[in-house]
Amino acid sequence: MTQRIFVPRDASAVSVGAERVCRTIENEARNRGLEVEIVRNGSRGLYWLEPLIEVEIDGQRIAYGPVAPEDVPGLFEAGWLQGGAHALCHGPSEEIPYLKRQTRLTFARMGVTDPLSLEDYRAHGGLKGLERALDMKAEDIVDAVDTGGLRGRGGAGFPTGIKWRTVMNAGGGQKYIVCNADEGDSGTFSDRMLMEGDPFCLIEGMIIAGLAVGADTGYIYLRSEYPDAWDVLEDAIVTATREGILGANVLGSGRRFELNLFKGAGAYVCGEETSLLESIEGKRGLVRAKPPLPALQGLFGQPTVVNNVITLASVPWILAHGGEAYKAHGSGRSRGTLPFQLAGNLKRPGLVEVAFGMTLRELLYDFGGGSASGRPIRAVQVGGPLGAYLPESRFDLPLDYEAFAAVGATVGHGGIVAFDDSVDMAKMARYAMEFCAIESCGKCTPCRIGSVRGVELLDSMLAARPQRSNDDTLLRDLCQTMLEGSLCAMGGMTPYPVLSALDHYPEDFGLSPKQEEASA
Amino acid sequence: MSSTNQADLLPALHRLQEKFGYIPDHAIADLAKAHNMAQAEVVGVIGFYHDFRRTPPGRQRLRICRAESCQAMGADALAMHACTQLGVEFGATTADGEVTLEAAYCLGNCACSPAVMLDDDLHGRVSVERLDAILAEGRGV
Repeated sequence: MTQRIFVPRDASAVSVGAERVCRTIENEARNRGLEVEIVRNGSRGLYWLEPLIEVEIDGQRIAYGPVAPEDVPGLFEAGWLQGGAHALCHGPSEEIPYLKRQTRLTFARMGVTDPLSLEDYRAHGGLKGLERALDMKAEDIVDAVDTGGLRGRGGAGFPTGIKWRTVMNAGGGQKYIVCNADEGDSGTFSDRMLMEGDPFCLIEGMIIAGLAVGADTGYIYLRSEYPDAWDVLEDAIVTATREGILGANVLGSGRRFELNLFKGAGAYVCGEETSLLESIEGKRGLVRAKPPLPALQGLFGQPTVVNNVITLASVPWILAHGGEAYKAHGSGRSRGTLPFQLAGNLKRPGLVEVAFGMTLRELLYDFGGGSASGRPIRAVQVGGPLGAYLPESRFDLPLDYEAFAAVGATVGHGGIVAFDDSVDMAKMARYAMEFCAIESCGKCTPCRIGSVRGVELLDSMLAARPQRSNDDTLLRDLCQTMLEGSLCAMGGMTPYPVLSALDHYPEDFGLSPKQEEASA
Repeated sequence: MSSTNQADLLPALHRLQEKFGYIPDHAIADLAKAHNMAQAEVVGVIGFYHDFRRTPPGRQRLRICRAESCQAMGADALAMHACTQLGVEFGATTADGEVTLEAAYCLGNCACSPAVMLDDDLHGRVSVERLDAILAEGRGV
């Protein structure tokens, strides 16, 4: 039997050389007269080891990484096809502690399967959820999601079951399922991974959502920064349509579900659901005032479910295993798992899917291995550019929506960006305001003008350093206005990183910790 | 451009830009007519999105991620180096028309920061030396 070698096609793996490694392996095998089959899988998410190449020996996959093209001849010399010892060998992939300690439900197939092989997808539990859903009443599908306690993984954490029920009950006309794949937050890449590494899972989740609420049309709004995900999804939709999973007769049930892929155009704010809907409608991505909720008047004015990629991709598992099984994971009112993304200055960045409740410290040190630079980790931003900065004193906080909200922070989409002690937190605060100024849709004044004023204030504070400029009082006042007066999270949460930087790192703003306390 | 629906405007703009590299002025009237919109509305939509340009770009588009994760791994130094090396500010095109330098705010490659993208090719763990090599390769040097 031809031996299988797995080389990820994931964009991140390719960005550090997986494509060149793949070609080198092919050439080297050919030159040695060895027959190998190269499978282009997704990434396991152990990014510090990418390109991570796996060799299948007697049904077990042995990991080697990070492999550079020039390592390939040596790997063949060392007899890697027979499991020969090599400095880059990490033993069986599944036994690598980083992977073994995770609870992979949504990412169960990630890096295991060939993303575009429907046979592979079925062989690894794919379509079981959809098959079950086709035998269920719409209310029961919504109940299963409700029981599982699934909440919006895009960042807001709104209960998915409630959203779906609203759309289900919104009459009998045209309805839509819209997948928000505009993953713009720095430090997040789980949507991209899932779309590139297990696209059928997202498609399956969207069809189930359609069955639940009575929608026969779906849109995936994909950011233009993800050309590889676009290609994979395009292929997967063609395959799913050809195989009767999508189309007029979903798995022979007589139910219809059509799926459209829609390309964004580089606007961060289009990750906000109403702005996203405007964008699909061909308009400027201006945020809509709510109400009306998109669940009642969404895309083209029709009842619409807007869910993040990971939310929808979590649904097939819940339907296949039941809401109770999903709910068994997690802590407090945060049920199930979240694929956390470790990024920034960490030794072992990557994807870590674990149940809610793990502490930041465990993720940063047990998984992340501490900083890449070897310097102390000084600040961690959780939940993207609108998330708060957390100092070491907060590292024992359990990752759970409520625990984070209680300290003015957010779990968001599960992105975790670490900074070492060379970071200038006043500059990071300025960046937060600058980013908001660049990306604001401009519809509401607190965000449009506030962000610009924020940059000006921070510039004057930065210029006054090491003295205090007295602008911190104004800055706090401005943040309050943005928090309370903005239409959406863009302006409404930009103050999170700014205020947390000011609160936890006053010395970076020319303030003494004591002065800060007095003015707070 | 056979469609008469505004909802097809973004896909049409993407197609035009793929073909020409930008949205030419002479296309605006046709777009407006085809999508049943005022020309001002079409221009308004184009102006809203960072991706769409109304002037020709350089032969290649270099995007450097300037968001948090990449900043934590030295993206600012990389950005400064790119400006010096290319002799342009962000948003501008080199005098020889080769490269347009743009800022990106997350390329989804945060576990391999810092990241850059040359046209559609993503690169991770980019040092100053690697950036030079990527640019040299892109210029066919």
